[in-house]
Order: sequence, then structure tokens, then C-alpha cells
Amino acid sequence: MFEPFMVNAWLAGTLVAVVSGAVGLFVVERHRAFAAHAIPNGAFAGAAGATLVGASSLLGLVVFAVAAALGVAALGRRRNDVVTALALVTMLALGAAFLAASGAYEPAIDALLFGEVLGVSRGEVVALALLVVGAGAVLVLVFRPLLYASLSEEVAAARGVAVRALDATFLVLVAITAALAVPVVGALLTFALTVGPPAAARTLARGPGRALALAAALSLACVWAAIASAYLSGWPIGFFVGAYAAVEYVAARAASAWREGRARP
Amino acid sequence: MHWLVEPGFWSNPVVGPALILGAVVAAVSAAVGVVVVVRGQSFAGHALTDVAMAGGAGASLVGATPLVGFLLAGIVGGASIEAAGAERVRDRDVATGVVLGGAAGLTALLLYFVSSSTSATGSTQSVLFGSVFTVSPSVVPLGVAVAAATLATLFGVRRPLLLSSLSPELAAARGVRPRVVSLVFVVVLAASVALSALVIGAILSTALLVGPASAALRVSRGLVGATVGAIVAGVAAVELGIVASYDSFYWSAAHRSVPVSACVVAVVLVEVAASAGWSRWRRGRG
Repeated sequence: MFEPFMVNAWLAGTLVAVVSGAVGLFVVERHRAFAAHAIPNGAFAGAAGATLVGASSLLGLVVFAVAAALGVAALGRRRNDVVTALALVTMLALGAAFLAASGAYEPAIDALLFGEVLGVSRGEVVALALLVVGAGAVLVLVFRPLLYASLSEEVAAARGVAVRALDATFLVLVAITAALAVPVVGALLTFALTVGPPAAARTLARGPGRALALAAALSLACVWAAIASAYLSGWPIGFFVGAYAAVEYVAARAASAWREGRARP
Repeated sequence: MHWLVEPGFWSNPVVGPALILGAVVAAVSAAVGVVVVVRGQSFAGHALTDVAMAGGAGASLVGATPLVGFLLAGIVGGASIEAAGAERVRDRDVATGVVLGGAAGLTALLLYFVSSSTSATGSTQSVLFGSVFTVSPSVVPLGVAVAAATLATLFGVRRPLLLSSLSPELAAARGVRPRVVSLVFVVVLAASVALSALVIGAILSTALLVGPASAALRVSRGLVGATVGAIVAGVAAVELGIVASYDSFYWSAAHRSVPVSACVVAVVLVEVAASAGWSRWRRGRG
């Protein structure tokens, strides 16, 4: 399980888990699950477009993901679910048009959607490590105002927090995380990690610091268990990540319901 | 009509079923979509397409009719979103996300089984991007029946549904049970989305659910007017998109047609932008 070809998979999975858990806590807190789903899926259209014009697919991913994030941030003040849905279908339709024009073949698409964790190169691991450092630095900088704005946007705005700029910063953070995580673990898996473990952590933990630590820990547990299960069974890793993330959330909800039931006489 | 459609459009055998099923699906999606937009359930509406895909993959694994797999998975997924998230409306998007993540994982597993047992390729793309030109005419009767049942149910529950969407307190005072109403609506939504995901693919399913409805709600004042407007806009988008996709084969020298999904989404975006411009202009005058 720890052969040389698996080392990059373990490293990449660990890095993606930590950053997804941390960013995901705010996705859950700010009720942006739909945007967190739409941005990686839209980024996938960017990869298709990049192959058409001969650019690097990473560049395509970053450009499309950031464009989607800024679009949702700018247009989606009210009714943000409708704007997010329209942004998502626009990017997917562009992706379909790019694929039809370039004639790219299907396994490449499957890898982008469901992840190809075994195909991770050392260069991608280094890029991911840089991302984790960068995203971590940004999160530390905006942690308090972002938390404040997530709990009560009106109060934060009244106290002089630049709520809209903060929202855009947050969505761009989601976008860059998505762009770097998608080629490694796939669009669907990226999303499963940003919602399941953080939602479970938020149900269980009291206080933002503990929730953040627990989110990262649950996300790591999910990814490590998924890599091990995928290695042992030969089944796709996306299945295990989706399943374990859902199990964590359901278990957390059950535990908190049980705790509340005991607290009430 | 020669200025509009390129030669061979009407005599082409795939065009007829595409136009009919496309219109039926667009009408149902638009009518359901008005309620989806009012209730703020676009995410659930989109997530159910991916959930239904898991059913489609499962059906192709056991050799069942795809539509049955899509419908079953959609309804089970919709009910579990409702069961997980009904306590607090604020947490609905998280519950939707967890169900979506689990279903996406299941799809990955089932597609893996499908591709390793049958060596069939192209299943992912046909499920995700599904083309209305590849719909087999045998789906038409069953599809129309599902569409009719969906619309009839929506019509039957319209009053308690809209009341509980717009004012939950008033609905409760009138004796409406919100959880029952939500559950019925999510089943209606799941059936509509499953049908459209099968017939026209996941992208168009979401586009036709949300786009025409949000455009019509901007322009129209009443909900009846909005529903009629959404149906007209949705059907127009599908029919124009099919014509444009067909014609696009003749536009470029390389004879590569633009996919139907891209053409329909372009029409939907034009409708949404036009409605936004219209409502801004009207507000500016008034």
C-alpha cells in the first residue's frame, strides 16, 4: 500500500484533504454548498477549453474557476442559487462545445470528473503544497472577519467589514482550491470533501477553532480511508470518498441527536 | 421555412422525436421550475440530476430500462434530501450536498462496474451531456406519460404548495402540513428532473428548470402568468436550440455541429438577460 507509486497519491490526498476541510468549514457556514459544487464542475470546462487552444489544462482550470467565482460573487447577491445554477450550466455547455470541437476522448473526461489519484506526479504534489501554504495564509488573514460575516452579515457590515469583497475573496479561495484539486482527485470528489466532513465537524464541535481542527481531521480520515479502501478493492476512489463523507455526516447528526436527547430529561 | 432550417431537417428521422420530447420535457421543467425558484431549491433541482445518473448507471448494469433507474434513484434521492434537511431550512443545502456527494461516488462505482463488465464506452458522456438526438423513439410514450403524471400532481397540490412556499406560518394556520407538502413536491421535482436528465442530459435539465422560470418570474407579476411564460420560454429555447444545433453543421467548413446543449443554454441565457434588462428598464421608468 505504500509502494513508491502510491507515495504521491498519499501526499496529494493528504494535502487536498487538509485544504478542503478548512475551506469547506466556511462553505458550510456560509451556505455556499451549491457554489462549491458549481465551481469545480465549471473548472472542468476550462480544462476542455485549454486542450482546444493548446494551453495547459491547469491554466484553463484556474481561469474558469476564478471567473465562475467572481461571476457568482458579483451577480448573486440575492437569489444566489439561481445565478449559481445558470453559471454552472453555462460553463458545462461551454465544456460540451469545446469537447465537440476538439474531439477529446472520454477517459480524459472520466479522469477529470472522478479523479485519477494514482496519476499524480511529483510536480503536482509540489503545486498542491504551495496551494496549501497560500490558502492557509489567506485563511489566517481573513479567518476572523470571514467568521464574523458568516455568522451575521448585517452586523459585520455595520461594523465596517467589507462584506462583498470578503465574499469574493472567499469564493476565489474556493476556486483556486478546486482548480488544483480537480486534476488530482476529480471534480466530484473535491466537492464531497468540502461538504461532508466539515458539516459533520460543525454539528459536533463547539467553537470555530475546534470545528476547524475537527473538519481537517475528519477530512483526512475520509481521504486516508478512501485511498486504502480503493487500493485494497481496486474500486474507484471517488466512491469511497463520497460514501465515507456521507457516513461521517450521518454519524455526526445521529451523535448530536443522541446527545440532545440525553441532555433533555 | 428555408431561411430558418437547413435542408433535410424535416425528413431526418431523429428530428421528430427530438422536437416532441424536447418540448414536453421543457414544458414540465419550466412549470416545476417556477416553484423551484420561488422556494429557492435550485441546488436540489440540480443535485437530483446527478443522483438520477446513479440510477441510470445502475439500470444499465442490470439491464433495466434507463428511465426506470433514473426515476427510482431520483425519488429516493429527493426523499433523503428532504428527510435529512427538513428540520432547519438553513441546513438544506448541506443535506443536499451530502446526498449529492454520496450519489456521485455511487455513480463512479457503478460506471466502473459497467465499463469493466461490458467494455461499453461513452456512457459517462451520454449520461452527463445526453443528446436529444440520440433519444430512441420508444421512450416517447413512457416519457410523455411520466410528464403528464408530474404536471397533474403539481396542478393538484398547487395551492398548499404555493402557500407553504410563500408563507409557512399562514399555511400552518390553515392546516397545511409543510413536511407532507415538501415531500410531495420533492417527488414531483425528482420525477421531472429524472425525465429531463435522461432525455436531454444533466446540463440542459438544470438549465431548463431554472432559466425560463427565473426569466418569467422577473417579467410577470402573477404566478399563473409566470408559469405560462416559463413554459413558452422553455419550449422556445429547446426548439430554437435544436434547429440551431442542426443548422450549425452547415455553418463551418469542417462540418462539426455545435452540441444541442450549448445551443439551448445560449438561448436560455439570452432569455434571462433580456428579462433582467426588461425589469430594470421598467423599474427605471416607474
